[in-house]
Amino acid sequence: MVRVPAPTPALAAPVRGTRDPGVGAAGVHRTTTRRRTAIVLGMVVALALVVVASMLLGSNRIGVDRVLAGLMHTGSSTDDAIVWGSRIPRTAIGAAVGAALGIAGLLMQGHTRNPLADPGLFGVSAGAGLAVVIGVYVFGITNTGVTVWFALAGAVVASVVVFSVTIAGSGTASPVPLALAGAAVSALLGALTSFLVLTDRDSLDAYRLWVVGSLSGRQIDVLQAVWPFLVAGLVLAVLNVRSLDALGLGADLAKGLGENVLVARLVGLGGITLLAAGATAAAGPIGFVGLTVPHVARALVGTGHRWALPASALLGAALVLLADVIGRLVGSFAEVEVGIILAVIGGPVFVAVARRRSLVSL
Amino acid sequence: MSAVDTARAVDTARAADTADTVRATRKGISIGPVGLAWRPRVFWLTIAAVAAALLLVVLGVAIGSTWIAPGTVVRSLLGLGTGPDAFIVQTLRLPRVLTGALVGLTLAVAGALTQTFTRNPLGTPDIIGVTSGASVGAVAAVVIGGGTYAVGAVVLGSRIPVAATIGALIAAAVVYGLGWRGGVQSYRLVLVGIGVSATLDAVTSYLLVRAQITQAAAASQWLVGSLSSTSWASVWPLLIVAAVAVPVALATSASLGIGQLGDEVAVGVGLAIQRHRLLVIALAVVLTAAAVAAAGPVGFVAFVVPQIALRLAGTNRPPLLLSAALGAVLVLAADLLARSAFPWQVPVGIVTTVIGAPYLIWLLIRHRKEMSR
Repeated sequence: MVRVPAPTPALAAPVRGTRDPGVGAAGVHRTTTRRRTAIVLGMVVALALVVVASMLLGSNRIGVDRVLAGLMHTGSSTDDAIVWGSRIPRTAIGAAVGAALGIAGLLMQGHTRNPLADPGLFGVSAGAGLAVVIGVYVFGITNTGVTVWFALAGAVVASVVVFSVTIAGSGTASPVPLALAGAAVSALLGALTSFLVLTDRDSLDAYRLWVVGSLSGRQIDVLQAVWPFLVAGLVLAVLNVRSLDALGLGADLAKGLGENVLVARLVGLGGITLLAAGATAAAGPIGFVGLTVPHVARALVGTGHRWALPASALLGAALVLLADVIGRLVGSFAEVEVGIILAVIGGPVFVAVARRRSLVSL
Repeated sequence: MSAVDTARAVDTARAADTADTVRATRKGISIGPVGLAWRPRVFWLTIAAVAAALLLVVLGVAIGSTWIAPGTVVRSLLGLGTGPDAFIVQTLRLPRVLTGALVGLTLAVAGALTQTFTRNPLGTPDIIGVTSGASVGAVAAVVIGGGTYAVGAVVLGSRIPVAATIGALIAAAVVYGLGWRGGVQSYRLVLVGIGVSATLDAVTSYLLVRAQITQAAAASQWLVGSLSSTSWASVWPLLIVAAVAVPVALATSASLGIGQLGDEVAVGVGLAIQRHRLLVIALAVVLTAAAVAAAGPVGFVAFVVPQIALRLAGTNRPPLLLSAALGAVLVLAADLLARSAFPWQVPVGIVTTVIGAPYLIWLLIRHRKEMSR
């Protein structure tokens, strides 16, 4: 079997340890497939456990029996309200947001070939943030059900600007200009946000709570607003898997393999935008998930996106829910926002992973 | 001698020839081990940028709530002035303008170093954890240290600069220490930096969310980067750091270029890669920490200035001197705008971004036009 040469990244560090266990003798191939399946199944089990925990635990300390009664609508109206009004929407939103950010981060790092790329790089987070602040500053809106629409609009507009700049700049939306244009537009929008926030106390108050990323107080209307974005983004991401593997070999080789590079990029970038916009609108910019989950997923199942995509989705969902559950429990009188827990606990864990495994270079 | 050997010998000879020609045609200056190639474009751009920076210093001192004629400004700068104008120049405006120039210079050099070192345009000094560490320190000083809304009072009491410096140095040491596994590798360092920065930023967010709104406002102002509370006390540390670290950075310039070729090649041509890395990181950390302690993490300078310098000069990595001069120009121009173009004082970090980001975008678009021509 021909060994596929490791892609030589233009900017990242030297490729090291890009061993793809899938390439080798047929027997090896079978065992790695089995190993990967086992890993992904393990992730499914982990996610299921966290979902159960998320349903059972919260600031309203009610037992398993009452949660079940609430689920079946056989208990008191309080149980009903806690389970259907708070736990279920929160669990669903957390899982959806985590999965979306995991996938968006994977695609983002694949397309930009940059380990520092997070889903907010195309201006999605900054655009959503500015729109949220404008919502407060101009219209005085702080209700999450309405804010979500502002965030969606801001995210989409910002990423369209970034794409336009990049296409105007490089013709093919190639990685380096894309990252630079994204960082530049994000910074510009962030500066405008700071400008508004520093002149208006109410905007600052709303913004500082939004920007850490939180699931608390999110009702089902938030999910109703974002799910079309998330589903469309997921479809584009799945369609993009094959092209992304080809693009990983470099744009020229991908062209040689019959990929239309521009189309592949646009599909991928569209998917990233929709996923990240939906997730950010629902829960605020939790960049950490999209930044780190793909690194761990690639370390576990390899760089092939056919495996890395479901792994990233499952890991992202489990991670966000787990952090949310911990955040509900640790705060003695007020819960700690999911974004803070994620980074405070996830940061050191990620450092440990980065030290122990030779994370697959992009 | 076999044919292959002959061919190889011819190749070697040809390579030596080419090397000689390059050496002969490319002029340069060298002092001991330090050599600078003669690149006319970079040279003239640097001269122009330095001239622009000097002009902006004079303008920055001249323009303010009262206009002082440039002649008087120059005379006061040379220590010849007397009277109220000299007082305004020497005590009130000059420290602010100098701090601005030095902050821009140090951040730009630090950015050029880390972008070259990580071979990543997104590799700003932030990735070594300096900015996040400084932010935690400063925000903690404001929020926990019982800071009042008047950041100025706290800064003059020098609690924030000290806290920021300590935070920056600890964070950088942690990133470097955790990135060490029988040597530091830029990719692992970047990943460790991501993790550490994310954790520290979350602590900052936590402090901001839990703080009283007045303290959160004060802390947010610092987090954007502001020159509004500078004095001679903020100039001296910066000046000393810049005077030591920038020449050392220039001296490492050649090794930086070699380091870009990848570890194997770099070691092969005799670069002590680990010592080189430690030096580059230490330089970037010290430069960034000094700037952030003086003015807060002034937005975007460390990222955008090296990228602009690289694109203007047409080199394969950010030229250090040009970056330094352009950094000073950007912050000086931004501060001038921040002070004079708005009815109220806007933090300089907002204006550096508002100027720098569109300019980088324009350069990206123009680059495409040049390529397709």
